[in-house]
Amino acid sequence: MKKKLAFAAALLAASVLGGMANAKTLVYCSEASPANFDPGTTTGGNDFDASSRTVYSRLVEFKHGGTEVEPGLADKWEISDDGLVYTFHLHPGVKFQTTDFFKPTRDLNADDVVFSFDRQFNKANPWNGDKYLPNLTWDYYTGMDMPKYVAKWEKVDDLTVKLTLTEPNAPMLANLGMDFASIVSKEYADQLEKSGKMADFSTKPIGTGPFQFVDYQLDSVIRYAANSDYFKGKEKIDDLVFAITPDATARIQKVLAGECDIAPYPNPADIGTIKASQDVTLMDQAGLNIGYMSYNTTIPPLDKPEVRHALNQAIDRESLIKSLFQDAGATPAVNLIPPTMWSWDKDVKSDSYDPEAAKKVLAAAGLTEIQLWASDRVRPYNPNFQRAAELIQADWAKVGVKAEIVNYEWTKYRSEGKKKDRPGAFQIGWTGDNGDPDNFFATLFACSAIGVSNYSSWCDKDFEDLIQKAKKTSDQAERTKLYEQAQVVFQKQAPAFLLAHSQVYAVVRKNVSGFMMDPLGIHRFDGVDKAE
Amino acid sequence: MLKYILHRIALLIPTLVGITICAFAFVRLLPGDPILAMAGEHGVAPARYEELKEQFGYNLPIWQQYARYVGEVVTGDFGVSISSKRPVMEEFKILFPATMELSFFAMIFAMVLGIPAGIFAAVKRGSWFDQSLMGTALVGYSMPIFWWGLLLIIFFSGYLGWTPVSGRIGLQFFFKPITGFMTIDTLLYGKWDAFRSALSHLVLPAIVLGTIPLAVIARQTRSAMLEVLGEDYVRTARAKGLSPSRVVGLHALRNALIPVVTTIGLQVGTLLAGAILTETIFAWPGIGKWMVDSIFKRDYVVVQSGLLLIALIVMAVNLIVDVLYAVINPRIRAA
Repeated sequence: MKKKLAFAAALLAASVLGGMANAKTLVYCSEASPANFDPGTTTGGNDFDASSRTVYSRLVEFKHGGTEVEPGLADKWEISDDGLVYTFHLHPGVKFQTTDFFKPTRDLNADDVVFSFDRQFNKANPWNGDKYLPNLTWDYYTGMDMPKYVAKWEKVDDLTVKLTLTEPNAPMLANLGMDFASIVSKEYADQLEKSGKMADFSTKPIGTGPFQFVDYQLDSVIRYAANSDYFKGKEKIDDLVFAITPDATARIQKVLAGECDIAPYPNPADIGTIKASQDVTLMDQAGLNIGYMSYNTTIPPLDKPEVRHALNQAIDRESLIKSLFQDAGATPAVNLIPPTMWSWDKDVKSDSYDPEAAKKVLAAAGLTEIQLWASDRVRPYNPNFQRAAELIQADWAKVGVKAEIVNYEWTKYRSEGKKKDRPGAFQIGWTGDNGDPDNFFATLFACSAIGVSNYSSWCDKDFEDLIQKAKKTSDQAERTKLYEQAQVVFQKQAPAFLLAHSQVYAVVRKNVSGFMMDPLGIHRFDGVDKAE
Repeated sequence: MLKYILHRIALLIPTLVGITICAFAFVRLLPGDPILAMAGEHGVAPARYEELKEQFGYNLPIWQQYARYVGEVVTGDFGVSISSKRPVMEEFKILFPATMELSFFAMIFAMVLGIPAGIFAAVKRGSWFDQSLMGTALVGYSMPIFWWGLLLIIFFSGYLGWTPVSGRIGLQFFFKPITGFMTIDTLLYGKWDAFRSALSHLVLPAIVLGTIPLAVIARQTRSAMLEVLGEDYVRTARAKGLSPSRVVGLHALRNALIPVVTTIGLQVGTLLAGAILTETIFAWPGIGKWMVDSIFKRDYVVVQSGLLLIALIVMAVNLIVDVLYAVINPRIRAA
């Protein structure tokens, strides 16, 4: 009898859901299955596309298509003069999503905000550890150094939250726009805790974002519906479907055949076919990444800026980029940060290819041999370290420098490479997290990063003063000036050879409007519409 | 008979131990530290590294880690996925029916074409048909699945538009799974258009996955048939004046099929291996794709337990084949 009932209920559900077919549906062919739907616990771009960017909102958001921070759940905020206290004023009347598994009884308030962060560091919070999910690591919260900077989160009143820092840190605002900083519902968490179904928090998400979760068939299809209570207004598309399609060629065939509307990450080899199609548009943008090669600036003769410049001048960068990135293309890097990021200095000029001039300087400095490091991993900013090493080796040979290629497996490669006394030139790169220049300059070249991620062991007083000052200044115009100066110093000192920012692509059907490439590498569907 | 079955099961124990060692060692022999590999460019602070090592149990001596692992497996605990934080067994149960369904249709495809082709080639031995069939079978056997799958997608789905590119069913169909088998569930719900959609989604992946078994079955049927056709009792049947179709269809085929049955059983291993590529190309939510995803995510727990579960299935099927074979052919039991 029970079985019969279940079957009848299922039939009913099927017939009700069958009625959705007439609604406006947008299908996104995603590249991988999400690990789960709790953005605090995951790290992959595909995880965030499926959770934080669809279901959730944050206190502040990144401007669509950019890296500037704009109001989100917080309408406005004040930062104290000493840069230590942030006061956020929440948008009133924001509703959490109503679904068949949760009915909110109250609007979003300060408790939700405090809970969203508290659960990520407070060991006493039941949602911090094994009681919720096994082996939780809260990677982004710790990775962005939040435990070091956050002193406390406090509720002032229902619509006001206060964040106190341990020291001034301007990039904090950008951190709060990141996926891990998504605001979850405390009421929902309390309900699940009471009913002993805490794990559901990661599989049946509830947020305040543009779309609400409907169903996930493992490794296959995720379904969302437009959130009719969305505080920025209901979306134009009614249903959003993620069809998980890991193979890049199959993904593109699906867009071409009209089985999906948007697909990310085409194969470079398919780019020609896509451009030839009448039905789709190929969108591209320089990614929020940088591929570069760090010289150890503490070991002579690499301690002299003119020698490093000469090595840069000896590399035919244009051919190198063409050979590495092929049809996919890449933007030659002028500065450490990509041109899509605020404060990028357009006046800086890279070293031009000039083997003759390089030869003279290198001969005078007596540089005849150098180590050139390469690893086996494919990275977004460098698809083939080994190939790059061979090409650079050939270029350097022309100017009388014999390069010995040093190879290690990826994890050992990095642990050997970051040692202070590692000799030679080390190929590496970076993919940005929060669109803040500090995330590039300080993470990669601050004095304190030597032995961690400053592979050049470069500590320049002028550069260091500028980036530290920029980190403590909350005014963005002021920060922009400081970072521009830092870029000039960087170019003059040349602690590294800057290779390129790789392109990111998406294929979109022509009847889709409002979809934008995002420099942060995320895929957002708010504001997207589709003509039938 | 019981003694025979028990004997076969006893023989599986060392294999089983070997597999647990392989699965366990495989994960640890992969280059790179699992914790550092998980961290990406960010790296991990040394204190945090030690903490994580302890959390995942990587700080224990290797034999203790193995003992702990075997202890868990014996009690049916296959661990919890590092990335999704869900029990591995739970995910396996959801995904396995998709692989079973695909393998079933791939096998049907392989048998329906392979057995008649093999018989025909044997009967017409040396003819152009035999020659070209065996040539094609060899090509089919050596075909890289990945390339073959993409070729079919580009031609049939892209160029002709006859079949869907990938997935298990049209996205407009949405219902809670009952058995997990799309073709059965759609019928249980009485939705014919959904059933047709599920079948059309099966066509290309089943062909791709069935190609290697098809080649093997065709060749095996041919050689078994040739052997049987040379037997005395076939000559007797012919001498009795039976029609050639009766001789082949009744007397020869039944005996020739015995080794073919074994071959079919043994193809389960091939199917599960092929599923890894086929499912990835066709976005088929089965255990093959699950394994690939987990390798890319460095989800060592899933890779380790998934390997073991797949090996267990292959072993179970082989055991069943052994037993069936003994039922069909009593001579085996004595040996």
